[in-house]
Amino acid sequence: MINGVAGYMYPNEVELQWSLLIVLYPYITGLVAGAFILASLERVFKVEEVRPTYRLALLTALAFLLVAPLPLQLHLGHPERSFEMYLTPHRTSAMAMFGFVYLWYLMVVLLVEIWLDYRADIVHQAQTRTGVMRWIYRALTLGSQNVSPASRRIDDKVGYVVTVIGIPSAFLLHGYVGFIFGSVKANPWWSTPLMPVVFLFSAMTSGIAAVLVIYVGSSLLRRTRIDMRCLDAVGKYLFYTFVIDFSLEMLDLVHRTYEADESFRSLDFMVHTRLFISQIVVQIFLGTLLPLGLLAATQLVRFSDAIRRRIYVGASLLTLVGIFAMRWNVVIGGQLFSKSFLGYTTYKVEFAAREGLLPALALMILPFVLLLVLVKLLPPWQEQEVTEG
Amino acid sequence: MEITRRQLLTRCTQLLVLTGTAAAALEKTGQAPGPDDTYHMADHWWGMMIDIEKCIGCGNCVRACSKENNVPEGYFRTWVERYQVTEDWEHPKVDSPDGAIHGFPANTDPNVKSFFVPKLCNHCADSPCVQVCPVGATFVSPDGVVLVDPDYCLGCRYCIQACPYGCRYFHPEKHIADKCTLCYHRITQGLTTACCEACPTGARRLCDLKDPNDPVHEFLRNNMVHVLKPQMATGAKVYYNNLDGSVR
Repeated sequence: MINGVAGYMYPNEVELQWSLLIVLYPYITGLVAGAFILASLERVFKVEEVRPTYRLALLTALAFLLVAPLPLQLHLGHPERSFEMYLTPHRTSAMAMFGFVYLWYLMVVLLVEIWLDYRADIVHQAQTRTGVMRWIYRALTLGSQNVSPASRRIDDKVGYVVTVIGIPSAFLLHGYVGFIFGSVKANPWWSTPLMPVVFLFSAMTSGIAAVLVIYVGSSLLRRTRIDMRCLDAVGKYLFYTFVIDFSLEMLDLVHRTYEADESFRSLDFMVHTRLFISQIVVQIFLGTLLPLGLLAATQLVRFSDAIRRRIYVGASLLTLVGIFAMRWNVVIGGQLFSKSFLGYTTYKVEFAAREGLLPALALMILPFVLLLVLVKLLPPWQEQEVTEG
Repeated sequence: MEITRRQLLTRCTQLLVLTGTAAAALEKTGQAPGPDDTYHMADHWWGMMIDIEKCIGCGNCVRACSKENNVPEGYFRTWVERYQVTEDWEHPKVDSPDGAIHGFPANTDPNVKSFFVPKLCNHCADSPCVQVCPVGATFVSPDGVVLVDPDYCLGCRYCIQACPYGCRYFHPEKHIADKCTLCYHRITQGLTTACCEACPTGARRLCDLKDPNDPVHEFLRNNMVHVLKPQMATGAKVYYNNLDGSVR
């Protein structure tokens, strides 16, 4: 009997192929897509209440997007060959498009939108700052110092169009990540047409929760007042998207249980044993039902500002844990059972290995470091616009 | 040490001649032989016939494959499974200790139906592993063999996830996906695969579906033939005679 294996696994299946780093990949891209969609609420759908989070959400999306390919690079057996995906993409492969979707999203959507939105600030900084910072801002102007009202109107119009393009792009980015898993017909745990949709809504949920936590956290650090109108609106959207996400996941579960195909017995066993803690306890109870209950309470009961603030932050943190557990259960859970449906293996996270806990932690801290740099360079704060509420 | 211009030129010439000769010799001897000149890929469509009743679970095929292809320890391009099936045939007991590289311990339970199932890459015509490779490093050759280009594979392991049969592994030293090549270096020279050659009972036989005189045509016509997981619609080309319904 092989260590950690119960029943029969095909001999090449005992070792898991996709590790903790591949759990981070959909988690991080999900945060990007969710943060961007929250930003687009203000820009395209004119939800004025969420305005204080607009720029912060864009910078959060950028910080996480810059880190998104790193777990994949670390995971590849030959990272030096990854550029081949751009040069000779295999058109039938779902994965081959990642580079193009990523570049489209980074270059065409996020960078352009952020630049257009910040252009006047950048020009102002380039004209007032001294030393190295002056040169940095001058470079960021890309040679355009024109901030006349007419040029700002053009910026605004182009920015609007970019955001309109950005929404389906954000859907594409994360729906596509779901498709990478959902299209593997060999794996019944992954193979469902619902996977891209579930990934998309869970991405929106996690992105909104992340921006909420970052907004409250940054306000506390800067000792500025938290805009409760904004927080209530973000909390409301978090609740709505989470309800849709949870409904889709439950639909998938009910469908699998009712159909009970040849893989059901195997998957059911797994959920009750090896995935019990991460799926039932962490994902469903702690990471979904509890935050949903808390968010529902804010919609039904009149709490004070201080209590509501705590509830939103608590629910968001739980949501972030729950969505991480969901990614874990998809990626790792999908490899714990044999494709023979006759056995199960185990996964132990190493610590200081190439695909271990340490690089994973570093990759989760890195976006926050990048965000700090971005916030210093392009301050997103708009205190003067905070209204009483 | 003093050296004259004449000595320097002489030594450089000697060095050039020596390295040139060595390079030419290496080119002649160090390379793997290419496909036979008389071999035309378009004339072949390779597969394998497996007769379950003939397999005795000796593990010769696994050992031969491992030796022929330098398969790293603990990984398998081919392996043999032993099924022990009771009346509850949907839940058979299966084992394959070390891929059966040393065969099997004796079956002690006389009340079960016991048989051996050799497994290898099914060299599918509509292969899911080929479909998902992001750079096309995995491909089906014109003669129907699924191969991996070791100089092109990124090591993303998507193909390993996509294979329904568990036939691929991640090579621990080369850091690429690796699998059965149907001994492509042998079959293009007119030889059979190492596993087929080592099989003492003829349970495994290489077949060429494009050869009208190949026994595979009679095999397919006259036997109860099945492929693994036909519901996956992969166009598998490893054909099993008398495959039990319990086999996964």
